[in-house]
Amino acid sequence: MLDVESKTLLEVNNVCQSYSNGDDTPGALVLDHVSLRLDQNEIVGLLGRSGCGKSSLLRIVAGLAHPAAGDVNYRGAAVSGPISNVAMVFQSFALFPWLSVLDNVELGLKARKVPAAEARKRALAAIDLIGLDGFESAYPKELSGGMRQRVGFARALVVQPDILLMDEPFSALDVLTAETLRTDLLDLWVEGRMPIKSILMVTHNIEEAVLMCDRIVILSSNPGRIAAEIKVGLQHPRNRLDPAFRQLVDQIYATMTQRTETDKGRDGKLPGIGIGMALPRISTNTFAGMMEEIAAPPYEGKADIPALADSLHMEVDDLFPIAETLQLLRFVEIAEGDIALTAAGKRFADADTDTRKSVFRDHLMTYVPIAARIKQVLDERPSHKAPASRFREELEDYMGEDQAKIALATVTNWGRYAEVFAYDETSQMFSIEDLH
Amino acid sequence: MFSRFVAFTSLGRKALPNQWDIAALAIVLAIFVAVAQGSHGITAPLSRVETATMELNYWDLPYYGLRTTLRMFAAIAASLVFTLTYATLAAKSRRAEQILIPLLDVLQSVPILGFLSFTVTFFLGLFPGSTLGAECAAIFAIFTSQAWNMAFSFYQSLRTVPKDLEEVATGFGLSPWQRFWQLEAPFAMPGLAYNTMMSMSGGWFFVVASEAISVGDTTIKLPGIGSWLAVAIDNKDVTAVIGAVVAMLVIIILYDQILFRPLVVFSQKFRVELSMSQFQERSWIRDIFVRATGLRRIAAIPGEAIKTIGLMRLDWVGDSKFQPGWAGPHVARIVDILWYAVLAVLAVWSAWQIVGFVSTTLSWADLSEAVALTIITMVRVVVLIAIATVFWVPISIWIGLRPALAEKAQPLAQFLAAFPANVVFPVAVIAILRWSLNPDVWLSFLIVFGTQWYIVFNVIAGASAFPNDLKEVTANFGIKGWTWWKSVILPGVFPYYVTGALTASGGSWNAAIVAEYVKWGDDKVEAHGIGAYIAKATAAGDYPRIVLGVAVMSIFVIAFNRLFWRPLFGFAERRLRLM
Repeated sequence: MLDVESKTLLEVNNVCQSYSNGDDTPGALVLDHVSLRLDQNEIVGLLGRSGCGKSSLLRIVAGLAHPAAGDVNYRGAAVSGPISNVAMVFQSFALFPWLSVLDNVELGLKARKVPAAEARKRALAAIDLIGLDGFESAYPKELSGGMRQRVGFARALVVQPDILLMDEPFSALDVLTAETLRTDLLDLWVEGRMPIKSILMVTHNIEEAVLMCDRIVILSSNPGRIAAEIKVGLQHPRNRLDPAFRQLVDQIYATMTQRTETDKGRDGKLPGIGIGMALPRISTNTFAGMMEEIAAPPYEGKADIPALADSLHMEVDDLFPIAETLQLLRFVEIAEGDIALTAAGKRFADADTDTRKSVFRDHLMTYVPIAARIKQVLDERPSHKAPASRFREELEDYMGEDQAKIALATVTNWGRYAEVFAYDETSQMFSIEDLH
Repeated sequence: MFSRFVAFTSLGRKALPNQWDIAALAIVLAIFVAVAQGSHGITAPLSRVETATMELNYWDLPYYGLRTTLRMFAAIAASLVFTLTYATLAAKSRRAEQILIPLLDVLQSVPILGFLSFTVTFFLGLFPGSTLGAECAAIFAIFTSQAWNMAFSFYQSLRTVPKDLEEVATGFGLSPWQRFWQLEAPFAMPGLAYNTMMSMSGGWFFVVASEAISVGDTTIKLPGIGSWLAVAIDNKDVTAVIGAVVAMLVIIILYDQILFRPLVVFSQKFRVELSMSQFQERSWIRDIFVRATGLRRIAAIPGEAIKTIGLMRLDWVGDSKFQPGWAGPHVARIVDILWYAVLAVLAVWSAWQIVGFVSTTLSWADLSEAVALTIITMVRVVVLIAIATVFWVPISIWIGLRPALAEKAQPLAQFLAAFPANVVFPVAVIAILRWSLNPDVWLSFLIVFGTQWYIVFNVIAGASAFPNDLKEVTANFGIKGWTWWKSVILPGVFPYYVTGALTASGGSWNAAIVAEYVKWGDDKVEAHGIGAYIAKATAAGDYPRIVLGVAVMSIFVIAFNRLFWRPLFGFAERRLRLM
């Protein structure tokens, strides 16, 4: 027992978090009773789609945000603010543009009152370790993305943290740069040349998680819950083409798509039904493209999601919202890592523009309640006009202001495509008059 | 490139004036009333101030120029101190923000020139028998023309510090002092530098107006170009007026080259854009400092000192104990209620003071007179801005589309905007008197004489920034003539135009106080309008009428900004901003 406790660096217990609505009332839940453990000598990946609260969780762990409920313990002591044994690497690099590479790296040491001479020595050592030699006096805007993120790593490592937190550290980089950085980081980790004891990383890239992590925690979204935990037993360096690697990737895809099935079961109905349905900003062109791809060979109406993602050059974050919205519109069905066109989906994929519009119109009116509501209100009013604010306010009863804005913009564009109603930006009015 | 740095207090807030605006307006005016009432008792020492007679000796002109410049420096230093404290307080405290920002909005719209006589008597009362009071009053007048937009720009920057950088600062445990100097102040640098430069331009106008001031029978002339000009006007000395113009030209050029070019170039370093911008501003002064190693070492000494101070922790500054919200929601709510109660009482008391002060000597007839005169001035401002628009927009577009020409014209327009137009006002009087022109028409042109350049250089900037691909499309489709103006270039430069016209309109209201009532020796030329009303009341030392005139004018300016410019600006940002 004692042995296990000393191995554990960090514990997250039943953490809940909600969006703040600006006033005192808590908004929608982002994290729902999430518990997590981080042991020494492991890389743990938090995998999930946008909106699953993985970044919020990371910020709670870092002490940058306070959870609405639950607690975080570091080596048995409660975390109530930023702690010096945790350092973070950001997706956007978060470098100070007015400081040189050396000054950026030294900043954290200065905050900790490390004497100037020692700070300089440690900063140079970190810069050396991370492969930034020769760039000490450069400013961030002179560097390429990869070099900037190296500064981000050096800045985190120089304070000698136990835990390194990484918030999608490679997703703002191009494919080649990201792979180089991943490999370099893994080399340092495997050789034990970094002062850190463990890494907690957030990612939405499944292959990246399998490549780097010892343990992958999958979060479901809206609200974020722990959906599954998968151990990765593969030896470093890992090979993406290794059948065991591929199998793990497939397994994770399946787990992540299964999630919708369990959701369905729990609520007894499809997720997000009713006016309060959160609509992501997806264009009808994207729907058409996706359905055409599934309809065409080699898939012929039914595709394995990892393979589809691969052939479309898409990542989970981009692909899942589209797939799920298509499912919502009953154009596809998702099950066990597969996506299959429904009869209507097939009809849409094969049809010409006008038929597509009419199929889409039927489904929009039947399955997207807010679209039906707009149409209904416009039909009822003698002027056949209604202000956007009326519907935005109705949506805000169910979701945050920003979400409502996005949902309304989305349904406006879908409605325009389906030619159900028109919208005038200047007056911010919906109407059914000036069609055709 | 310009409009992104321009700070408008009323943007992002509800258009219609709310309870905060009304409270702020009442408080500002009540302060003026209090100063006016207080100054009744101290008119005596005013006459005791020694007013050395000024000789129009051209050898003294550089010295006068230096004195004027030093006044500008003192004012800009005061503005910076004000900016760093006021804006920081507004950005860090929710309660302070609720009243400080509307206050800033009102202060920005008050024609401060109308209050010169109050501030002069007030400061003279502080330093009886010495010109220090008059110096302070002049510096204060310049300060009031500079501080508000700087403070607002800084506040806006503090509110938009990138979240990830904030998280880094928090994560590494930077102290509030370190966070301010390492993160917040550098982030605000480009906007602040630009607004300081703009403030400086506006300041020259006030330095000229505030050095020689008459209140009732007393005239104070501080050594400086403004006083030189006043004496020249009294003596009807045209050559001396030209001398003042030349001196002003030289000072502004030196100031711009030695101080502001390097500052703007330096501030580019603090932009949070992780790409090299294509247009690099240049400064020969800065190049000298960069190339000459000796100079660089000298410059590095204060640089290092500032860096060291900025990196000190100084944990006692901005201690979190004083931050609201830590005491728990109930305590916070009680403090909120107390705070609102104090503000409400203050606002009601202020309104009571103003009504009491004005109503003792004035009647409803005075109010309707002031309103009628303000409407005349408003018509004047609107018509003149419209004329300036019709005249300058096509010319500016023509210039802006020719990069080589724009590069030369742009600094000239900026320079003309900085040049204090009131220096050349007497020339207009000479012309009006000689040809017996109608002052109501011809004095009007002085209102936009100094402010039209804001429209010019903003539109030039807009036309220069017009995207090349859109130019190619119009050429490709052969879009010409009226269609080209209506659908291509006018919408393209519109956001820039609104920025320029808004600045010009604000400046024009202020200029009206000087422009509607102009003297040349013993000759006086005046137009009907609230500007002349305030100027005459000032000359007569009639405090209630000054308060009334300024109050009515302020309300008009605020309403005009909110109901006309703000929606226009919002429209431009929403619909016409090119990516």
